[in-house]
Amino acid sequence: MITLQHVYVLVGSLFVVFAYLSARDATNAKRWTTGTFWGLFAASFLAGDFLGDLVNGVLVLVMALIAGAGGLGVGKSSTTTHEERQASSARWGNTLFIPALVIPLVTLVGTFAIKGLPWPIVIDPILINGVLLGDPKQATLIALAVGAVIAAVLAVVMLKQPLTSPFQEGRRLMDVISWAALLPQMLASLGAVFAVAGVGKVVGDLATQWVPSDSLIAAVVVYCVGMAAFTMIMGNAFAAFPVLTAGIGIPFLIQRFGGDAAAVAAIGMLAGFCGTLMTPLAANFNIVPAALLELKNRNGVILMQIPTALMMLAINTALMYVLAFR
Amino acid sequence: MLTLLGVAVVVVGFAVGFNPLLVVVAAALVTGLAAGMAPEEVLAAFGKAFNENRFVSVAWLVLPAIGVLERAGLQERARSLIGGIRLVTVGRLLIVYMLLRQVTAAIGLISIAGHAQTVKPLVAPMAEAAAELRHGDITDEERDKVRALTAGTDNIALFFGEDVFLAIGSILLMVGFMHASGIEVQPLALSFWAIPTAIAAFVVHGARLLLFDRRKLKTKAKADAQ
Repeated sequence: MITLQHVYVLVGSLFVVFAYLSARDATNAKRWTTGTFWGLFAASFLAGDFLGDLVNGVLVLVMALIAGAGGLGVGKSSTTTHEERQASSARWGNTLFIPALVIPLVTLVGTFAIKGLPWPIVIDPILINGVLLGDPKQATLIALAVGAVIAAVLAVVMLKQPLTSPFQEGRRLMDVISWAALLPQMLASLGAVFAVAGVGKVVGDLATQWVPSDSLIAAVVVYCVGMAAFTMIMGNAFAAFPVLTAGIGIPFLIQRFGGDAAAVAAIGMLAGFCGTLMTPLAANFNIVPAALLELKNRNGVILMQIPTALMMLAINTALMYVLAFR
Repeated sequence: MLTLLGVAVVVVGFAVGFNPLLVVVAAALVTGLAAGMAPEEVLAAFGKAFNENRFVSVAWLVLPAIGVLERAGLQERARSLIGGIRLVTVGRLLIVYMLLRQVTAAIGLISIAGHAQTVKPLVAPMAEAAAELRHGDITDEERDKVRALTAGTDNIALFFGEDVFLAIGSILLMVGFMHASGIEVQPLALSFWAIPTAIAAFVVHGARLLLFDRRKLKTKAKADAQ
């Protein structure tokens, strides 16, 4: 059975190669610190469970210090020129799309093969000698990893690319993303520290003091805007939802004003998503694509999203007022 | 109230523009110390959480495949495909993408697209090609705007599509939390109440996309002339 551990070994091995290629790259003025950074990331994936909490903490601290000191450079990967790409594109035509579509296809089929599908059509999970293909709790991640490997192999074979190209090209993209690659995982960890320290409860208590107890419309506004604002602070609507729903949603909107519980919860969560669109703390949605697309402004994606996010926040607030309290 | 110092570190740190990784570590330390933990305790708590959250970074496994495809000319192919369609504009292209992304997310297929898988190798080059078809050789600033709009459209379509699906993480979280608070809500009811917002998001963002088409994008020739 394939488990998340196997996937971690795969990711770790890939970063070992990135670290090696970076350290050997004489065109990168910061090759040693760059190599160390990816090497530590590899160590976390390969040995994180055996290092102990404090060593893992020190590992992250060193990575943050390397990134903070500007230790991540960009190497020169052996990639193709614009002209070569145009020639290759003309040569292969729409064949180029096949490996790209293999990733979502394998992710989809693989997920069903691992954990089955109860509805709308019944698909039973595939068993080999009575054992599941993969850990059903991690079906999507495992299927995505398998899809990524198949797509890379297919791309090399079908398009006659050099055998080392997946590693060289992977490192080229990794150098572009740079420290932003680590940010989503770091922010998830910060959320855990916030939870231990009880940050959510303090914010929830603050928000509760703001609710006027006799005005329905004010309570709806505080709940919806609070969900968006708290999501911006925590970077995640999932962290904001329990706090504000316990503080405002249930006691005021549902119990005092008799709102429909499902409508309050569902639209409240969506109000939180408006906050996700406006915060750099939702790094994998907002900061990583800015790095991936090589935008000059790190907050370019957020700035583009703010008008839609504000309009949707107003609409969600109005929808909750109209739909949950009929 | 001291507990909130860490939040202040995040807000100020991001606003001033320090390296976000340093800001996050500093915020964790400040929060932990304010809560009365020893420095090594905070570091251990952070290290433990970092180790448990490794699954967040598994998505980088797609980079080698995407990189090889780029090397072989995938972006160029995506661009020339768009060049052959006369009616295409940035707004119309992104409306079609938004519809596809919202509908697939609404039936639970959230991992079939994304910034690394579809936006960078396919949709962003297509949108740039569509912009150049209409306006000519646009400036780098305008190019960045088209790219940011593409990434933002992916996010908006995903966020306001996925909650229509019954078994998505946020629905399960809501059911679980409400149950623990003594209130029973059905997943079906939650996903039903996500539909009005999904439609509104399509209309609002779709209108913004069409408005984007009405703008005159600055071309390099024009920028040089000034």
